Amino acid sequence: MSAQQTESATPPGREGTGSAGGGRPADLPPRPVRDGIGLGLAVGVSGVAFGAAAVSSGLTVWQACALSVLAFTGASQFALASVIASGGSLLAGTAGAILLGSRNTLYGLRLAEVVRPRGLTRLPAALGVIDETTAITLAQPDPASAKKAFSATFCCLYLTWNLATLGGALGAGRIGSPQAFGLDVVGPAAFLALIWPRLKNGRTERLVALGGVALALATTSVLPVGVPVILAATAALAGALAAPAASPARTTASPGNASHGDDAT
Amino acid sequence: MTATWIAVLATAAGCYALKFAGLTVPQRILADQRVRRFAELVPVALLAALSAVQTVTNGQAFDLDPARLAGLGAAVVALVLRAPFLVVIIAAAATAAGLRAAGIS
Repeated sequence: MSAQQTESATPPGREGTGSAGGGRPADLPPRPVRDGIGLGLAVGVSGVAFGAAAVSSGLTVWQACALSVLAFTGASQFALASVIASGGSLLAGTAGAILLGSRNTLYGLRLAEVVRPRGLTRLPAALGVIDETTAITLAQPDPASAKKAFSATFCCLYLTWNLATLGGALGAGRIGSPQAFGLDVVGPAAFLALIWPRLKNGRTERLVALGGVALALATTSVLPVGVPVILAATAALAGALAAPAASPARTTASPGNASHGDDAT
Repeated sequence: MTATWIAVLATAAGCYALKFAGLTVPQRILADQRVRRFAELVPVALLAALSAVQTVTNGQAFDLDPARLAGLGAAVVALVLRAPFLVVIIAAAATAAGLRAAGIS
């Protein structure tokens, strides 16, 4: 899959698999939709773990479900449940959970430009601004694919995550742990896969990624769970200040101009 | 309404508000070259960090689970071989699941 083409025409020599719909049988959904559904299913199943953790930490089934329906951001949900489990202050737990949601604000900055939701569609779209949707959407070759990828990932992940939360809260976790199916590796593998093209094509991107990883790992043992990842944003800040101009292939075009990659046709 | 419900609903409201704020930030703020570049680089930094943290830590401790590491290694191999996205995540999950089924974890 090619990189963040929403910002450009396809650079020469890029494999451009995202728009290569040629060999696809007619009954398969286009690639952005397929990828979104696949990731949505695989990550959504982990909602079982949240549902189980929430109930064992003292939340009711409905409270667990309310978090998945309304907050819909795993890190914050787990954080609140773990504070409740440890008997910590609800105020501190709530504040910590909300702090963890701040990385979605940063994702929204970028998604607003790419997905461009308008008017009232921003209300449901906002709920879908999370790690997985951001990763898939920004990996698409053009705005049309990006919108499809965002919708497909959001819908599939939202449904799966919520059903899985309910199942986990009701005890489905006893059937088998997501880990037995290797589902704990799906997130890390997916995030790596989706930023891979950008790492291959940009030196600043590679440095920023390494910096983010280093910052997060170096602070893991001293900061509350989840905060190290937010701290990684300072690597992006450093990258933007040190090299504000992206490589020429990427900055100039506006999201509106890339119409080459509609997979469906 | 119990205190726990208030915490649940406040968390939900706060998380939603943060998402909405990013999505509706005035586009003229993004007109600045540095802000725009920052917004472009944030997903790279955060997703890379998230991938690393989810792979090698558990809570506040480092946790090198061989099956999980091998799963991510399989993903890297698939990426180098230019496999499609779904193949990459299936390779990762199948590798970890296979090793665990064989008793390695």
